[in-house]
Amino acid sequence: MSVDAVTVRRIAHLARIAVRDDEVSHLQGELNAMLAFVEQLSEVNVEGVEPMTSVTPMEMKKRQDVVNDGEIADDIVANAPATEGHFFQVPKVVE
Amino acid sequence: MTDLTSLTLAEARKGLAAKTFTSLELTDAHLSAMEAARVLNAFVLETPDQARAMAREADGKIAKGDAGPLAGIPLGIKDLFATKGVRTTACSKILGNFVPTYESTITSQLWRDGAVMLGKLNNDEFAMGSSNETSCFGPVGNPWRREGSNTTLVPGGSSGGSASAVAALLCMGATATDTGGSIRQPAAFTATVGIKPTYGRCSRWGIVAFASSLDQAGPIARSVRDSAMLLRSMAGHDPKDTTSVDIAVPDYEAAIGKSVKGMKIGIPKEYRLDGMPAEIEKLWSEGAAWLKAAGAELVEVSLPHTKYALPAYYIVAPAEASSNLARYDGVRYGLREQGKNIIELYENTRAEGFGAEVRRRVMIGTYVLSAGYYDAYYLRAQKVRTLIKKDFEDCFAKGVSAILTPATPSAAFGIGEKGGADPVEMYLNDIFTVTVNMAGLPGIGVPAGKDAQGLPLGLQLIGRPFDEETLFSLGEVIEQAAGRFTPARWW
Repeated sequence: MSVDAVTVRRIAHLARIAVRDDEVSHLQGELNAMLAFVEQLSEVNVEGVEPMTSVTPMEMKKRQDVVNDGEIADDIVANAPATEGHFFQVPKVVE
Repeated sequence: MTDLTSLTLAEARKGLAAKTFTSLELTDAHLSAMEAARVLNAFVLETPDQARAMAREADGKIAKGDAGPLAGIPLGIKDLFATKGVRTTACSKILGNFVPTYESTITSQLWRDGAVMLGKLNNDEFAMGSSNETSCFGPVGNPWRREGSNTTLVPGGSSGGSASAVAALLCMGATATDTGGSIRQPAAFTATVGIKPTYGRCSRWGIVAFASSLDQAGPIARSVRDSAMLLRSMAGHDPKDTTSVDIAVPDYEAAIGKSVKGMKIGIPKEYRLDGMPAEIEKLWSEGAAWLKAAGAELVEVSLPHTKYALPAYYIVAPAEASSNLARYDGVRYGLREQGKNIIELYENTRAEGFGAEVRRRVMIGTYVLSAGYYDAYYLRAQKVRTLIKKDFEDCFAKGVSAILTPATPSAAFGIGEKGGADPVEMYLNDIFTVTVNMAGLPGIGVPAGKDAQGLPLGLQLIGRPFDEETLFSLGEVIEQAAGRFTPARWW
């Protein structure tokens, strides 16, 4: 399988990465090189094989459903590029 | 007094205990070495004030006889580990001047045991790379050069700063992370020892995530013993990481010097690649001969799905990365580029903040997870991963204690030499190491010799799950036979 220019733009949008017109053909080439490389997996017989979900044979641990952290709003917004009080600021989302 | 930077960690511990020198003297010696080696670009942030304060505290504890196992030992920290109050960037523009308000579990355990932080080490952006060339801070120089050449070589990646700093004697050891070979490959390129422990052995909490089912932290050190000492402090159960395993941490150092007599060591025939350089082949047989001389029994084994590990990795790792890196949106931390609306803000921020390799991997990961392609790519790759793990299980079920392979298909190469036209050329560096991540196993890289140009080469030992101790015992045999290698100083 390979991707065309339209697909490259669609993937970029899904990934929320702006792509300039002059970058598309280069990206298309690189993505297709990677897809060509992984193509060899199609020759492996995977019939009846379970997909891996956990590399170590262990049960998913569950913690007690209790509050164990919090009251750190200052810390949470400390690195934000734009804030007002304890709120993150973004461009207007709702008209 | 001998140059304090030339000691191993184990030797420094003795000297500190005997009060031959103080941690402050040891730390100052390394801070001076760092200053003189800035051309290597191994450190992206030096923290001398913090280092001296930590050293003084360690000296106080040593004086009181209350010293932890790493008391007063100066270390470098890969910039992927969150350090409280100290800028942490994953060497990406998108994190900008991110200053964590928390400390990663691994580094907090190192400080608990008395270690001293010298600064933050360079790495490939978000640990995506095999040469440290994708860092937003620029490439790292390998302290090793080809004989008679002034060309600067890469130290490998992604833990290139860690490997370069340890090899150049700028720090006594370093933290590192390994998703497809990022500890073992740079260790091989710089004649240092690097161990990627079993998945779940070390907590991932507070480490910038790349591919969560493959990421595992470990040390890069000057000797096998040093790496055992560091891993003991780094390992352990952490309730904050649900994949961290609740098994007691053994005294890894006690495994050093243990007899390897009677151990069955597997030599996997699938690792004998067409066109493999003769010197790698020779190094591999030499390693086998050393283990045999120490009493181990060598057996040929088969890992039939080896060749599919790298392609499967390049589906699984980018898929997980695309999901993990979704958090960098220009809203909660790091870089923000403006846009007409919120979507444009996201798209502009991520286009500007991510480097080319990261953008490429996020995009391929997005594609293989997208509707209509998930089964063909991601699900198939996860099934292949099951088969890769089964290959190892079959091998260990036959009584094999560990598997010996070359660490890399070549020695270090020059900056800009690889991957320019085709990204896959760079990816092939990890061909011998990536299987280990796919199967969640421990692997150690140990320096074993040099190529014809005088560049270091390493061997890799792959172990059973949670049997790092056997790797330390076998690694020590190789280190004893091969000796240790130090680069001639040119910086």
